[in-house]
Amino acid sequence: MPYSLSNHPHHHDHQPAHGHSDVPSDPALRTKALESLLTEKGLVDPAAIDAWVEAYEKKIGPRRGAQVVARAWVDPNFKGRLLRDATGAIETLGFLGREAQHIVVVENTPAIHNLVVCTLCSCYPWGLLGLPPRWYKAAPYRARAVIDPRGVLAEFGLALGDEVEVRVWDSTAELRYLVLPERPGGTEHLSEAELAALVTRDAMIGVAKAGALREGRA
Amino acid sequence: MNTIHDLGGMHGFGAIAPERDESPFHETWEGRAGGILEVMTFPPGFTVDRFRYLRETLRPDLYLVQSYYEQWLYIAEQVLLEAGMISAEELARGKASPQSTKRNDSMRADAVWDFLHDRAHSGRPLAQAPRFTSGQRVRARNMQPAGHTRLPRYARGRSGMIVSHHGGHVLPDASAHGKGDAPQHLYTVRFAARELWGAAAHPRDSVHLDLWESYLEPA
Repeated sequence: MPYSLSNHPHHHDHQPAHGHSDVPSDPALRTKALESLLTEKGLVDPAAIDAWVEAYEKKIGPRRGAQVVARAWVDPNFKGRLLRDATGAIETLGFLGREAQHIVVVENTPAIHNLVVCTLCSCYPWGLLGLPPRWYKAAPYRARAVIDPRGVLAEFGLALGDEVEVRVWDSTAELRYLVLPERPGGTEHLSEAELAALVTRDAMIGVAKAGALREGRA
Repeated sequence: MNTIHDLGGMHGFGAIAPERDESPFHETWEGRAGGILEVMTFPPGFTVDRFRYLRETLRPDLYLVQSYYEQWLYIAEQVLLEAGMISAEELARGKASPQSTKRNDSMRADAVWDFLHDRAHSGRPLAQAPRFTSGQRVRARNMQPAGHTRLPRYARGRSGMIVSHHGGHVLPDASAHGKGDAPQHLYTVRFAARELWGAAAHPRDSVHLDLWESYLEPA
């Protein structure tokens, strides 16, 4: 069993790497020691770690979600299916998988603004947005998004009027939420690929509007 | 368990700190720690719910100061220690004991892409009919389990409305503790912000949670 303050008086015996102060050592050194131990025991292949890192650094990221959003903006049939059965609609694009098995897409409109959080841990649609940004996993966002969503949005530069309804989605199960942002005005002439470039990671979490931030922010 | 991971509604953590052009990993070790916990060999029967539970067992004072991937390191160590796959001595020395036998069945690099797109999921068909229907008023139970649960404290005892039903899903409260899938019907429940946070909350706003049938009672 893992140690805890309350029921395991001998936790030093299980946590020698943490030393007598109970403060863990430098995570970089700890990681190196663990990788080396597990490699020696055949419990991990360093090349598989390389492949995992490369997948999330180079291949699986918010461009996937942006593609889904842009298609919904140009194809009403796809959008209809996406809002009814996002998992089925996205399956054809090959984006489902780890932390993206059951997808729910919620649509922003002039009257409704959606915001996604995971107060209990850091649930996030990896298959559509890649790994979550640090602020999404940190205490301030997880604590405040449910009790003060308008304050959170204002901090991100998004001031919503009283007439707008804010719907917060706390990801407590394996459903993963993606916000379908409003299509920005004046984009009628843009291609699907050009539209996708306007869709930021933040817009798909619900802390920004599409096209509201400079390119590269997401 | 009622500990610090259950952050919803707390004050005092300060401003959110978004970064411009953030990379998935801020330092090389973060990617290595993340990768270890994803592609290492797990003990039989290990579940994502056990993973989340182990993160919750991190001492609250450490939980608040450790970064996400530092917490993952803790989880990886705990998984392997509690399964006896590594010993505390080995972990301390970063070296396998001379008695240790080397396995050769860990995930290979060429299997990682398929692993990331594997469709194994938490949905489970259920023979029994759902107890609640969309539009029905329900109350989240006042329950305080010492083990893993996905009912945050801020919703306990509060009333809301079923907005959708998602069929049967593995129950984390059971799965985190070696008690099998124990699937139950899963619902999305809408709680008015004022029901959760009082009169100061915006009258139009709401919070939605995905909750299992045993978390709910008719209101």
